[in-house]
Amino acid sequence: MSGNYTRITRDGLWDNNIVFAQILGLCPTMAVTSSATNGLGMGLATTAVLLASNTIISSVRNLISPDVRIPVFIVLIATLVTLVDVSLNAWAHDLYKVLGLYIALIVANCAVLGRAEAFAAKVGVGEAALDGLMMGLGFTFALTLIGGIREVLGAGTLFANAHLLLGPAFAFLETTVVPDYKGFLLMILPPGGFMVLGFLLAAKRVMDQRRAARIAAAAA
Amino acid sequence: MSFAELRTKIGYQGLLLGGVALFTSAALAIASHSTETDIRAAEAADLKQSLTQVLTGEYDNDLIKDTVTLPGLDGEVKVYRARHAGKVEAVVYRVVGHGYAGAIVCVMGVSREGKVLGVRIVSHKETPGLGDKIEPAKDKWIHSFEGKWLGDPPADKWLVKKDGGVFDQFAGATITPRAVVKAVKQGMDFFAENKVSLLDEAAAQGAKP
Repeated sequence: MSGNYTRITRDGLWDNNIVFAQILGLCPTMAVTSSATNGLGMGLATTAVLLASNTIISSVRNLISPDVRIPVFIVLIATLVTLVDVSLNAWAHDLYKVLGLYIALIVANCAVLGRAEAFAAKVGVGEAALDGLMMGLGFTFALTLIGGIREVLGAGTLFANAHLLLGPAFAFLETTVVPDYKGFLLMILPPGGFMVLGFLLAAKRVMDQRRAARIAAAAA
Repeated sequence: MSFAELRTKIGYQGLLLGGVALFTSAALAIASHSTETDIRAAEAADLKQSLTQVLTGEYDNDLIKDTVTLPGLDGEVKVYRARHAGKVEAVVYRVVGHGYAGAIVCVMGVSREGKVLGVRIVSHKETPGLGDKIEPAKDKWIHSFEGKWLGDPPADKWLVKKDGGVFDQFAGATITPRAVVKAVKQGMDFFAENKVSLLDEAAAQGAKP
């Protein structure tokens, strides 16, 4: 059983990462990753939704008729997203001004429905919750990485405005990597997102292939 | 009848969907109710902050409550009035420009003498790195309106330099500053046309017999 949990963790964070392996949820990925902070904020909001939706759907999976499961999932997910939306608006208003437009997009993130349909509806609550958490953290990792690369190349900073997201204590994260940087506009615009994602996908493939080759060599 | 069979019945499915809808609506109603005051407060604080940014000088009233609505170029304009000792010292209102990628919403503050106290961009969708120099965080251009009035520069010089006016445009972006200049000019015309009602002169004259 513990092997199963390890598998779920590995899948969520790396092997079956929402962005880098499943290539899902690209709409929010491209939209918000113009800075590392935005990516982190969107990732954490999505993680909260994924964790809650997986847990709830798994715990009521036996009550739901297979014939009407999709509308039930969608209504539950949409409700959770709306809850995140109003809570952020009320209690993290500065962050909401940055991310607000994109929070509603979490509903359209096919990864959330995908996990509900492909995983949470078939397994126990513990596994579903862990899967939601790990998929969410993998998504957060991917968004923060893409955002960080685009921000450094595009604006010369890293984690700008992090205090809006994490509180004043995290202002130390805000670094200017290249002082007096004139900016590389392409990276901030959508094409930059596609380019960075393309290079990262290629890099992940290379890493996975090398690892597979090492394992094959060790086995031989 | 087993539960698996029951789940296939249309009645059960209808009840299930209804139950889910009821449950989620209840959750949303509770959330909406419990966040309403906080959201209102945050939005009011936002509004107040954006209004005070374009005001200088002293005033002693709650400007969010002291408003007047007048017909403007794009529908009704809600004007916030800053008073000192009952006299309207400055007014703040929104003007909307039409930029490269949609509406550019600005707030501008105008003193009772008709001088621009400040202009700030509330929202825009201009190109990052080119048109977004209208934001004070990116460029000091937006401050170039401060202290201007319809005599300095003359009304026909309220244009970007490319069009023969006095305001700078940005390298690579003319449409955006042109739209903002036009919006501010319209705001100045609005002030000139509605000066009496904006400054609440009738009430001020009534107050000192």
